[in-house]
Amino acid sequence: MPKLTIDGTELTVPAGTTVLQACEQLGIEVPRFCYHDRLQIAGNCRMCLVEMEKSPKPIASCAMPVNEGMVIRTNTPKVKKARQGVMEFLLINHPLDCPICDQGGECDLQDQAMGYGMDRSRYDEHKRAVPDKDLGPLISTHMTRCIHCTRCIRFATDIAGVEEMGALGRGEHMEIGTYVEKAITSEMSGNMIDLCPVGALNSKPYAYTARTWELVRTETIDVLDAVGSNINVQARGREVMRVLPRLNEDINEEWISDKTRFAYDGLRRGRLDQPYVRTNGKLQPASWKEALTAVAARMTSLGGHSMAAIAGDQACVESMAALKDLFRESGSPHIDCRQDGAKLDAAVRASYLFNTTIAGIEEADVCLLVGTNPRWEAALVNARLRKRYLRGGFRVFSIGPRLDLTFLVENLGSGPETLGAIAGGGHPFVETLAGAKRPMMIVGQGALARADGAAILAAAWRVAVTCRMVREGWNGFNVLHTAAARVGGLDIGFVPGAEGGLDVNGILDGATAGKIGLVYLLGADEIDMKRLGSAFVVYQGHHGDTGAHRADVILPGAAYTEKAATYVNTEGRVQQTRRVVFPPGEAREDWAIVRALGEAVGVRLPYDTVAELRHRLEAEHPHLGKRDTVPRAPWSSFGTEGRMDTAPFVSPIDDYYMTDAICRASETMAECSALFVANIQGATGTHG
Amino acid sequence: MSAKVEAFTFSAENVAKAKVIVAKYPSGKHQSALLPLLDLAQRQHGGWLPRAAMDHVAAFLGLAPIRVYEVATFYTMYNLKPVGTHHVQVCTTTPCWLRGSDQVVDACRKRLGVDVGETTPDGKFTLSEVECLAACVNAPVAWIGDDFYEDLDGASMTKLLDDIAAGKQPKPGPQVKRQTSAPISGAKTLTKNS
Repeated sequence: MPKLTIDGTELTVPAGTTVLQACEQLGIEVPRFCYHDRLQIAGNCRMCLVEMEKSPKPIASCAMPVNEGMVIRTNTPKVKKARQGVMEFLLINHPLDCPICDQGGECDLQDQAMGYGMDRSRYDEHKRAVPDKDLGPLISTHMTRCIHCTRCIRFATDIAGVEEMGALGRGEHMEIGTYVEKAITSEMSGNMIDLCPVGALNSKPYAYTARTWELVRTETIDVLDAVGSNINVQARGREVMRVLPRLNEDINEEWISDKTRFAYDGLRRGRLDQPYVRTNGKLQPASWKEALTAVAARMTSLGGHSMAAIAGDQACVESMAALKDLFRESGSPHIDCRQDGAKLDAAVRASYLFNTTIAGIEEADVCLLVGTNPRWEAALVNARLRKRYLRGGFRVFSIGPRLDLTFLVENLGSGPETLGAIAGGGHPFVETLAGAKRPMMIVGQGALARADGAAILAAAWRVAVTCRMVREGWNGFNVLHTAAARVGGLDIGFVPGAEGGLDVNGILDGATAGKIGLVYLLGADEIDMKRLGSAFVVYQGHHGDTGAHRADVILPGAAYTEKAATYVNTEGRVQQTRRVVFPPGEAREDWAIVRALGEAVGVRLPYDTVAELRHRLEAEHPHLGKRDTVPRAPWSSFGTEGRMDTAPFVSPIDDYYMTDAICRASETMAECSALFVANIQGATGTHG
Repeated sequence: MSAKVEAFTFSAENVAKAKVIVAKYPSGKHQSALLPLLDLAQRQHGGWLPRAAMDHVAAFLGLAPIRVYEVATFYTMYNLKPVGTHHVQVCTTTPCWLRGSDQVVDACRKRLGVDVGETTPDGKFTLSEVECLAACVNAPVAWIGDDFYEDLDGASMTKLLDDIAAGKQPKPGPQVKRQTSAPISGAKTLTKNS
């Protein structure tokens, strides 16, 4: 461990630390543009110059590893002058159009020019101008502002795994771009906007809509996939203006997926802002009283056994708990939170969690993917897999479609036969695992959301046992969910009751056959509405999507940015959203709607505030009270051994940009879908 | 010659050459062969590199296309636009300029009837100004095909172009009475008198 002196303070740091990192440990601020602690070191902006004893010139501290006895000075006149010089050169070709630049107010160049630059420009020659590049519907470019830090190139190459950005030309003619005008084909491309230290890469949908200092920032979580990325939603007045990532090393590090970042315009379009009741075949606006009475009348006239409830992909724990209570009190056992029909077992918590945890992927040495496309189902889990892969000593195998996941995946087969062979121990893969210390497997909904899902779950359990994926201090069995609501729903038992309760397929068959007279859809849009037959459909949700079109009564609820609600991510991590803006119009928080409906039905649910509801939930399910942690779920056997179909696994997501009602209402997502997914499906491309 | 080229593949002969080039580098370092392979592709494709050729080289070496574009745009010796059969590259950096490269360029302009950066209508000649060709001792210098023509002036440049246009192969090297870069006024050392 080398010992060095920085500004007169001695410290000892591990070998391999850079001078800049050592300075940070002492709390000394070193300005930088190209250096970023999650990217490879480039050392090309020269802003981080410091003085090193015995060196005739200042050194770039980001690229200089510490050495025994080094003496560093960061605050000498020479350092100040050197940084001033660098700053002056950087500004030579920078347009200084801060008043019209979206980065203004949160710009590294602006801040550091104030802190380390000169108070005036000595440059009165012509500045160079660089043509803007077309990087697709998400990123707008102003390449004249670019200072060539190459962070975007390094992000695309290393983190996102799409080698599409590069530095073209040389010297004064160097430009950042893709050479061929093309959109960046990554689900993580929006992060380049955050990484860009100047205003060269900006958010296209957010462009020129707000100044950063007008925005009210709310720290919340994302529910558009089951990862539960931590986000910072920024709003002006009643409108969400943009979504940025928030640091959480255990989940999303400091990245978010493009869907999380850009789907927010869907929150403004196609919203349900007042109750509707279908009269004479047409949905008519109604008051809350009329709507609730209409539902209550139908519920009381039907017996409990002819009512059913299905919870959708973004339902919060509170609303599902209230709905479960209401249906239990009304005598209906037909409730299900698995609208995709996944044969998940709510009895054993370890059977439906991502037990390894997302951060735990970094400790694994072998990974088997079963019927999953993590790149589309959970882009940040895929980024974590890639991060682990780049460190070396990590092999990824898959059973299912052949996919480009941005790293090498060895395909073992396409369907249950291969899984069965591994479970039986006769497959060569089992030998590959012999030396593995921390093997893991990820089972996707593509493997479980099918008729033989329970048998596949059992086979997956057997694979986990055969391959010793669960050992002392390590659980390598993982289920990757695509819906933010799923784990929460399973945790509180929003599944068919023991007394002959029907699951989603049973409910839909019952509705087709006329045995189920009322179906309550809690934000469930991804079911086949035709199978609802002539049932009376109540839709509670926030968007006028397929569910609302089929509904007989619409109860307008709140989207994830409009309520403080609990979600459990695929790891089993309990997190809470916060209210950023109020729900539009007459829309209300979801648990309160169910509570009010109970009142109308004559079932008084025993809580009047969300705090009381949570208190009750936590008493029943103590883990829901422990936020932001992942308690280890005890391991036991699960799944139902049975015959597996031979049909190959397919990913449940056939369009990354169109997975839920919010995305389907978003124009940005529609553009992305038309550009990326249509191209991929048309050609042999990355998917399939 | 259109700038839009749809397809490019190495000829059988060049595939063999390319394999020899790749074999010069240690295994796993085959991307080092990028520069010579781009040159090979440029020679096969009439002196310039369409995108299809860069993509082909990228696929040949298993590189991402952007890594090839970065290299090809960095080096001025790769032409990304069509050039004439004879690419006349006149050095105009300081030593050549001091020795009269302006007259050499003017002679080219006059003889070819095109300006710098342009190609003659018959597609035979492209005239370019280039930075130092590292032959300052024989300044001014022009580079045509694979050869340097040195110690030029307006008249010798015009003659050179006449000869090339007539299909002759002029002698490369100094265009004055001089042996390579030996002193122009004859040997000063290792003579009988010294």
